[in-house]
Amino acid sequence: MKMDATVVILFLSIVLLTLVITYLAAKRTQTTGDFYTAGGGLTGWQNGLAIAGDYLSAASFLGIAGAIALHGFDGFFYSIGFLIAYLVVLLLVAEPLRNLGKYTLADMINARFDAKKIRGVAALSTITIVLFYMIAQLVGAGALIQLLFGIDYWIAVLIVGIMMTIYVLFGGMIATSWVQITKAVLLMAGMVIISFLVLLKFNFNISTMFTEMKSATGHGADFLKPGLKYTDPLGTISLMIALVLGTSGLPHILMRFFTVKDAKTARSSVVTATWTIGIFYILTLFLGFGAAAFVGERNIMAANPGGNMAAPLLAEVIGGDILFAFISAVAFATILAVVAGLVLSGASAFAHDLYGQIFKKGEATDKQQMLAARYAALSVSAFSILLALFAQTLNVAFLVSLAFCIAASANLPVILYTVYWKRFNTAGAITAMLSGLVSALILVSISPSVFSPNEGEALFVGNPLFPLDNPALISVPLGFLGGYIGTVLSKEQDTTRYAEVKVKANTGYRDYS
Amino acid sequence: MESHDDKERTDRQRVDYVKIESSSSFQRLMYERKKFILPLTIFFLVFYFILPILTSYTTFLNTPAFGDISWVWIFAFSQFIMTWVLCTIYAKKASSFDKQAEQIIREQIDDKGRDAI
Repeated sequence: MKMDATVVILFLSIVLLTLVITYLAAKRTQTTGDFYTAGGGLTGWQNGLAIAGDYLSAASFLGIAGAIALHGFDGFFYSIGFLIAYLVVLLLVAEPLRNLGKYTLADMINARFDAKKIRGVAALSTITIVLFYMIAQLVGAGALIQLLFGIDYWIAVLIVGIMMTIYVLFGGMIATSWVQITKAVLLMAGMVIISFLVLLKFNFNISTMFTEMKSATGHGADFLKPGLKYTDPLGTISLMIALVLGTSGLPHILMRFFTVKDAKTARSSVVTATWTIGIFYILTLFLGFGAAAFVGERNIMAANPGGNMAAPLLAEVIGGDILFAFISAVAFATILAVVAGLVLSGASAFAHDLYGQIFKKGEATDKQQMLAARYAALSVSAFSILLALFAQTLNVAFLVSLAFCIAASANLPVILYTVYWKRFNTAGAITAMLSGLVSALILVSISPSVFSPNEGEALFVGNPLFPLDNPALISVPLGFLGGYIGTVLSKEQDTTRYAEVKVKANTGYRDYS
Repeated sequence: MESHDDKERTDRQRVDYVKIESSSSFQRLMYERKKFILPLTIFFLVFYFILPILTSYTTFLNTPAFGDISWVWIFAFSQFIMTWVLCTIYAKKASSFDKQAEQIIREQIDDKGRDAI
């Protein structure tokens, strides 16, 4: 769109800042534990901000602002679902996960079952989710930088890809965490500034804002009513299921709970994250309304049909070039922080679960593990960059909601069963993950997002066999059902081991100190 | 790393988890956690899913509540308030669970468990 000196300087300062962080972190990264989990040494508020930095992706910042600007209330559904998901994390998942696991989701399940097969399947579902999420972020990043600087899409993807590889490869989790914390602070600052300026235009009167929004867009009063985008009841409910249950199964969010020393700190970090993320999502409303009123639907759509440029455009209209440059730079930092977290969780599944525990049977030395982790980070990065180069035309929001759906269907049932169900066993753990993963993938591949009778609306031309874009309504119950059937069909039951898991999960007792 | 795992193996034989699990103090912790967490979880999931169900199948949330702000927005904002309130309540309550858990570890593992090798 435009490339003036302010934009370039702000971009470069953010890039420089993250590189300094990485350099400092690299010096402190000596063991495998440092690399995967920052040695478990983050405080509650640090990890809380890092969770917010890991979670508030470009889909949240650019996507939701755009969705509210274009679809009014229906865009706000995302904000609600993404936030309430943290109650599931806080009440059911975070503390037992911290008490049982070490680096990955598979570690936690393996605290109860010593089966290599389980580790393999858990690593497979982690890698699948990471890839879908990562492609979404990289495609979004490519489109954003392409728009801002007018450079080619493939160069843009390469720039982001190389940056994230550098953070993870050299600075591991310490660098990734601090990049996420820095980004969370910058992003919140940007959100508060824009919201303040939008409210200023409405004389700080929320009621006036709503009254004016009734006539500010082409939708009239319908803008403030649900139903502008989501007209299919089951589709809406299915999406809401994926949003609220998916977060507790996202590998890069789960991994953040291993970076603190105990369950108490894990809990306080979720509380910090919930407040930060909640305030953020409330503010998305002002961004969305502001963009609809002051930028206008036509200009938003002209810059990007998905509405992804609504927030930067609004910044330009109400804050001038400097705010535009700042918000664009923040959007860039946002993407970098999220992809770095994703690379790390993908790499841990490869290097720790597949190489360290299955291939080397847990006998690898710390030096070998560290080397494997770095090779894995490099491979995950290279592979996702490659996929993103060919995925330019895919809808970003669709990829993200798919990642949430797989996380809710494949990972959440096995986590809950492992901690809370006495009868659960090895066979059940495998069938829970596989039935959730496979059903989500199959249902999506025959959904309207993949098949559409009208050319250009989806990947292939044809009639979809399954009516919902997001299959969570079916695939999440299938994940739970698969786990149940697999369990009762197998005779295996180890109550002694479950007693151990139950005591450890609920008291935080560890065999070693 | 290896030394940890070795220690873990020997500890696994030493600490009698079945005994702790069936102890009255642990059973009480489990009962109190369940009594607290289960109703809260059911409550917030119901509260959450009522929103899309009402917006999908009814229109009465579109009636104005305050000026041009309709009930659907009030309901949406109340989801945020609910999240923050439940989050704060849980964090407060959980510190009493922490105390119970610490006591269980102290009495049943640190004092007793290791003596009973």
